[in-house]
Amino acid sequence: MKTEIIISGFGGQGVLFLGDLIAYAAVKEGYYVTWVPSYGPESRGGTCNCQVIYSDKQIGSPAIAHPDILIVFNQPSLYKFLPRLKTNGFLFYDSFLIKEPPAREDIKIVGVPAFQLSKMGNMAMLGAFLAVVDQIKSETIFQILEEKLKGDKTKFIPINKEAIATGMDFVKSQER
Amino acid sequence: MSKLYMKGNEAIVEGALRAGLEGFFSYPITPASEIIETFASKYFADREREKRGEKPLYPKFRVFMQMESELASINAVMGGASIGCRVMTASSSPGISLKQEGISYIAACELPCVIVNIMRGGPGLGSIQPEQGDYFQAVKGGGHGDYRLIVLAPNSVQEMAEHTMLLFNLTNKYRNPGMLLADGYLGQMKESLEFPEVPIEEYEKPWAAGNMELDGEQHTIEFLFLTPEPMVEAKKRLLEKYKTIEANEVRYETYKVDDAKIIVTAFGTPSRVAKAAVDLAREKGIKVGLVRPITLWPFPYKIYTNLTSNQVDRVLVVELSFGQFVEDVRLGVEGRAEVRLFPKFGGIVPTEEEVLEKIMELV
Repeated sequence: MKTEIIISGFGGQGVLFLGDLIAYAAVKEGYYVTWVPSYGPESRGGTCNCQVIYSDKQIGSPAIAHPDILIVFNQPSLYKFLPRLKTNGFLFYDSFLIKEPPAREDIKIVGVPAFQLSKMGNMAMLGAFLAVVDQIKSETIFQILEEKLKGDKTKFIPINKEAIATGMDFVKSQER
Repeated sequence: MSKLYMKGNEAIVEGALRAGLEGFFSYPITPASEIIETFASKYFADREREKRGEKPLYPKFRVFMQMESELASINAVMGGASIGCRVMTASSSPGISLKQEGISYIAACELPCVIVNIMRGGPGLGSIQPEQGDYFQAVKGGGHGDYRLIVLAPNSVQEMAEHTMLLFNLTNKYRNPGMLLADGYLGQMKESLEFPEVPIEEYEKPWAAGNMELDGEQHTIEFLFLTPEPMVEAKKRLLEKYKTIEANEVRYETYKVDDAKIIVTAFGTPSRVAKAAVDLAREKGIKVGLVRPITLWPFPYKIYTNLTSNQVDRVLVVELSFGQFVEDVRLGVEGRAEVRLFPKFGGIVPTEEEVLEKIMELV
């Protein structure tokens, strides 16, 4: 099993953090993992992306040509990466920020108005990812949040969990 | 689950501190900045611990300085190494160019230290994306004069830590500067790892400046000879040392070479891609293997010589530059096999499928 994910959006939307969280959770679940950020002049407002791979075998190239899963938070990212998404791959896109629906019929499309559902749109999208893809356990994510948000930051745990739950509930409600 | 997860740049810091680093001097530059950043946070966290009356986590790590320039950094390293301390600096390609004069002087004075180069695109300011264009500079010189750096080429976050520790052992063993040569991908990438167990070797340094209490003698470190005779002696000593290192410290990895007719060879990030491509080609029944140099100097010429003597007749070289590493491969192959180069430059890493395609062209 090997899953390759590209996550892309504006700097400040929590793109790198979202990828990092998924990657770290995969490490905790015993996978081999790589996470590569786009680095450089990306700042708030600029575009930025990261590439996450988790696999039960050692990982060769940490760079992804054709992702299994694409998570995008803005139109330029959709244009840039959609052609590279594998057939039967998953596209998660913020349907609140991206008005134009993606034009591909050979993929599974999950539209989540992430930044409308929550101020923490990246966490809402994480909820959708966890529910739909079903490879990473949400308990592992919660465990990491508790590990990372200590001391003064403990107060942020509930709102993060809430945002994740909102995303999960949203995709479940769509399925019905 | 004891698996850790960190950036390559952070793993270097962890490795250096476990190797007993005493001083770090550097100036930040993308994509190596997390090294100085992580050192700073560990250093100042320890000072906070001391203020609270607690023991520092890294009691040996007493000096951290963000210097005003790369030149200052390398010369501070020279100073630290002169008095026998374990010291290190880190930068990326343009910054390493600035350090070259100092590196030549350090090599002349036979001072052990570790220099990290997280390579980005060049020449000039180039780009901040990964390349391997500093190969010649690292293994053939870069500064002036006859000298050699011990150059290690990690290809994973785990090896970023492991090779840093190993490099402290080697540089101290041989009184020689060493370079950890990694591309930007390895510095920036986070990866799962298990922290390597590398026994740290301690060496006496009776030559170090300032150790007067040892023998009452004044120790000076210098390398300037105005007449040929002492210069000849000094250079003979250097040459002998380099020969010893070449004889004893060559390291490389081979993968599926036993029955291989074709070998792919690469170092750093491209070697991971190449390894995966070897697996893809094996699935198609192609007899192909991988040779990955771990020490770029001393270079593992012999493995290429041995493999191409009566087994392998085609060699594919994958590197993130116009074709520098390929020259050393050719020196090892000595015309016994066809050597084909697959250069990828400008900040793009080849895909596994692209390397597979190049392998298939050789079949």
